[in-house]
Amino acid sequence: MATARGAEDRLTPEPRPQTTIPLLPEEMPVPTTAAAGRSGRRQPRRERLITLAVLIPVAVIALFPFYWMVTTALTPRAAAIRVPPTILPLDATLANFQSLFAQAPVLLWAFNSLLIATAIMVGHIIFDSMAGYAFARKRFRGKGILFTMIVSSLMIPVHVTLVPRFILINEMGLNNNLLGVIAPSIADVFGIFLMRQFMQSLPTELEEAARVDGANEWQVFWRIVMPLSRPAVATVAIFSFVGAWNAFLWPLIVLSDRSLLTLPVGVALLQQEFSSNIGLQMAGAVIGAVPMILLFLVFQRHFLEGVRVGALKG
Amino acid sequence: MSATGTTIAPTPRRPGRLSRFWQLNGAGYLFVLPSLIFFTIFIFIPLGWSFVLSFQEFGFRGSTFIGLDNYVGLLNDPIFRQSAVNTVIFSVFTVAVWVLVSMALATLIHPLPQRVRTFFRAAYYLPAVTSAVFIALVWKWVLNANPWGLANYGLSLFGLGPVGFISDPSPFLGANVALWSVILSSVLTIPAVGVVLYSAALSAIPQELYEAAESEGAGAFAKFRYVTVPLLKPVTLYVTVIYTIAAFEVFERVYVMTGGGPGYATHTIVYLIWRTGFRFSEYGLASAQAFILFMVIATISVLQFRALRSDVEY
Repeated sequence: MATARGAEDRLTPEPRPQTTIPLLPEEMPVPTTAAAGRSGRRQPRRERLITLAVLIPVAVIALFPFYWMVTTALTPRAAAIRVPPTILPLDATLANFQSLFAQAPVLLWAFNSLLIATAIMVGHIIFDSMAGYAFARKRFRGKGILFTMIVSSLMIPVHVTLVPRFILINEMGLNNNLLGVIAPSIADVFGIFLMRQFMQSLPTELEEAARVDGANEWQVFWRIVMPLSRPAVATVAIFSFVGAWNAFLWPLIVLSDRSLLTLPVGVALLQQEFSSNIGLQMAGAVIGAVPMILLFLVFQRHFLEGVRVGALKG
Repeated sequence: MSATGTTIAPTPRRPGRLSRFWQLNGAGYLFVLPSLIFFTIFIFIPLGWSFVLSFQEFGFRGSTFIGLDNYVGLLNDPIFRQSAVNTVIFSVFTVAVWVLVSMALATLIHPLPQRVRTFFRAAYYLPAVTSAVFIALVWKWVLNANPWGLANYGLSLFGLGPVGFISDPSPFLGANVALWSVILSSVLTIPAVGVVLYSAALSAIPQELYEAAESEGAGAFAKFRYVTVPLLKPVTLYVTVIYTIAAFEVFERVYVMTGGGPGYATHTIVYLIWRTGFRFSEYGLASAQAFILFMVIATISVLQFRALRSDVEY
């Protein structure tokens, strides 16, 4: 496995060949008869209607929290606690957002979230790719053991390491500091695994040609391999960014100044500070949720592909 | 061999084995080094440290070694026991529903035209890119005990309620009302990752198997029961394991919806770890709790792999 390079070599031992090619475009037909699946066949009309009669209500349940979040955020404070509840935001108002911005440093929280998520994303792009490149391409003593060690750290629940990690961050003077949130997340297993998988499937000719032309190891990696790995890098980037933006437990532990919080931690704090003002809380939730929803809608393909590739870890 | 190798290699006065070793292995080591430092500092060292801490009592004058006292104390601690029982009840129901629902949804989506499929998958995936904090905040608002809470308003239309969904610790169906409400909110969150993974696996099932089943007179249900379900077993295993781990580590939902209350009615293990470690600064005790969680999760994962391991080939 460690020395296998070409895609063909890697395909043979896998039970589900089509999913081992990293980052196939969504729904791309796979060149085996086995992959045709059932989707080509026409479904009887009645069967389809029953299917939709199940799927549509489930979609309503899935999207309901967002609808109710936005509706409540747009409903005037007094109307939110009326019976019957305001199901349609007919007298929509931005008053909740205005009072939220006036009473809580939401923009600062958004900025902190953005800064943390960007830093962690950049860390993953650089360090995960470097390690993935080494595991995919380089020969070195102890490679197998190192890779096993790193992958098996997935099985360690983060909660086991919380206390010592907090003591460490404290000793480093990074408690109540954005860097204290960033540092323990600067690399991760998922990214290393995904980059390794992808880089193994790349042809080696370009790298060899660059070496002949006198490029050093770093140049080969940064100028040749990284540009070729753009689809995998995009997936790693998106997953890291969203994960870091949504993280809650660790930022909750490290950050304590009101001005240093991230959006999830800040919004959770709102429900304590303004427990009777539900519209204001929902306005905060909308501000925290909308950026990731937009990101998902734009980069949908990368999300679904990343989930599929991630599954191969198991 | 490599440009970096020659520039970094030791001085030519000692062209010994070390320098040749470095020439062969150096580049690989340099590329994994950042990640390796990261994993060592933030995962491997904390893991061992946490193990040591779990045999200590953390006090104002530093730590004292107390042997197994933390562990023994926990086994006799009614709060720890309740947290463990709550976590198990939460996990069993949530995982069962999530696995069944994701398999059913993927199967229903599969035969649809591609555009429709993409729409449903996106709709189901949205909650997964949103921080659990925001979704839980909406559920807290929906389930509040007042007559204007959406759930209680719905009940009142049938002449029922009001029910203190998340504020009522009274016993109900083997647990308590508040815990069931938290479970309800989880179960109603669509298991998006499972849907994506099952979808990928479904498109890998050879069409001929269904044709063969049809020629032997199998109906839609028989085909699902005797072809689809057995062939999806590897995915079922993977999905069950990742969802079990996720359910055992539930935190945000409890933190936001109930704060572990009323009393200890909705305490879960990770919530308890957080409180013990970061509210009461009992580092040793929190480490022991985390290690018990670690052992339980590891044991369950192994058992699930044993029980569901399959040698499906097609």
